Amino acid sequence: MSRRLGFYLLLAPLVVWLGALLIIPHIELLLTSLQVKVKPRVYEFGFGNYAAFFTEPLYWNTFARTALMSIAATALTLIVGFPISYYIAKLARGRSRAILFVLCLLPFWVSELVRTFGWMILLRETGVVSNTLQWLGLSSGPIEFLYNDAAIMVGLVYTSMLFMVVPLVTTLESLDDSYIEAGYDLGGNGFAVMREIVIPHAMPGIVTGCIVVFMLSLGNYLTPILLGGKDSLWFTEQIYAQFITRFNWEQGSAFGFLLLVLSSLIVWAGLKLTGQTLGQTVGRG
Amino acid sequence: MIPSIPQNPFLRNAYRAYVGLFFIYLAAPLIVVSVFAFNDSLFPSLPWKGFTWDWFFGDTDPRIGLFHDRSLLNAIGVSVFVAFSVTILSVAVGTTNAFLFEREKFRFRNFAYVLMLTPLVVPGIILGISILIMTNGVANRAYDAFGVEVDLLRPGLPLVVLGQFSFIATITTLVISARLRKFDVELEEAALNLGATRWVAVRTITLPYLAPAMIGAGIVAFLMSFENFNTTLMLVGSDAPLTIALFDRLKEGSTPVLNAISLMLMIVSALLALGAISLQRGKSA
Repeated sequence: MSRRLGFYLLLAPLVVWLGALLIIPHIELLLTSLQVKVKPRVYEFGFGNYAAFFTEPLYWNTFARTALMSIAATALTLIVGFPISYYIAKLARGRSRAILFVLCLLPFWVSELVRTFGWMILLRETGVVSNTLQWLGLSSGPIEFLYNDAAIMVGLVYTSMLFMVVPLVTTLESLDDSYIEAGYDLGGNGFAVMREIVIPHAMPGIVTGCIVVFMLSLGNYLTPILLGGKDSLWFTEQIYAQFITRFNWEQGSAFGFLLLVLSSLIVWAGLKLTGQTLGQTVGRG
Repeated sequence: MIPSIPQNPFLRNAYRAYVGLFFIYLAAPLIVVSVFAFNDSLFPSLPWKGFTWDWFFGDTDPRIGLFHDRSLLNAIGVSVFVAFSVTILSVAVGTTNAFLFEREKFRFRNFAYVLMLTPLVVPGIILGISILIMTNGVANRAYDAFGVEVDLLRPGLPLVVLGQFSFIATITTLVISARLRKFDVELEEAALNLGATRWVAVRTITLPYLAPAMIGAGIVAFLMSFENFNTTLMLVGSDAPLTIALFDRLKEGSTPVLNAISLMLMIVSALLALGAISLQRGKSA
């Protein structure tokens, strides 16, 4: 009897938490997105908000642009982060490995806002990079590096790096060095060993990293706004504008739901491709 | 290096240079933010006009330092309040969840586990708007039915706490579960054999064993709450936590007082992060 009671006492917080803060809010989000305004304060069930998304080029262009830029940011993060993870997991030894790993983690304990602020100081017209170039004589006048797509990309890759490096280092550490040695003994060159042994082994880490980085980029708001300026055209900005500026929650909910669907699809596809479950990827943390 | 594998010295040095550059890339934004906190100029940018402590201790307009800036100090207070509330809620629910998932067997256990993980793969902005819609709906219905205005459910600090708690609880659950999994149940059974009640056994044996994980999870929860931006942005009312206040100032352009506060944040989060990491270390040893 008391055993049953204990079970329900343990179950209750979980049910309240997930029910009240996850399930019901998302059902309400979906229902609100299906409300179409016919007159002031009068709503009808319909797909008008979704129709507006597909007929207004600005909306779906922004959506597609956000998705493509996020894919590019994910790929770049992987390309930049993989050699670093390989170095930490396989080439560095003992203390220096631990120190490098902690150095990799530390910047991410600092607020994203502070990191983005740092990039603004570096990249702005009166900033450090522009002045250094002039001082070196490589440029005759100040250059504005902020407020373009490249600046957004730099910021997104920077912000996401941790979430790529940690799973990569974890999977690469679990690869026994003797497999790599065997690859060389059998006559493989560095490239072949990478392609045939290291990358297949690291695949779960690569997928985990990519899923998380893609999702974070897609849902990012700070970096595109601050580094990309007014014309950054990020989809989260559209959601914010509908909710806060225009007070059109129904349209904003439809946008939010579309973003959620895209993000979930990518997570699902990534897991299916590698035969992993959500528990194995995020649950490890 | 994996010692048994010969490597071209040029490639090896190029690789090391790449790793070096990567760490410069990681450190650069944080270094410039810190350095410009001491620039004797009204703008956080070049030229360098000499060293000053004004951005920490200045008290005359326009050189108001961090410790005399009422609105920033107020925002820090708001953030600390929110972070404490989120930490206590998340550690409490994380602990009950850990016992639920590690000790109990029940139908839908796997389903509940996956559901428990989903807040990590929902973009923060979407969590924010869905909770906003739900609480607003409840508040409207309460108003229509009883004519009472429930301020708690309108944008403001209680909603910010709920919004952050909705995904931070997943992280505390994972951290505390990982430790509980390693616990030897026989220790608890020994206490029961010696005549302890179940609750006394848990309180005197299991909870002290879990304490490092609970403290570690608490530190992580505190930092994540303190730094959260996306979810907070959608739920915030008139009292702005620090990240929101900083964001507003960044958009307008501000004096180096922002650098001063960023530097303080970096120092505090680095200390807390090192504390959390050393707790993790002690735990696995």
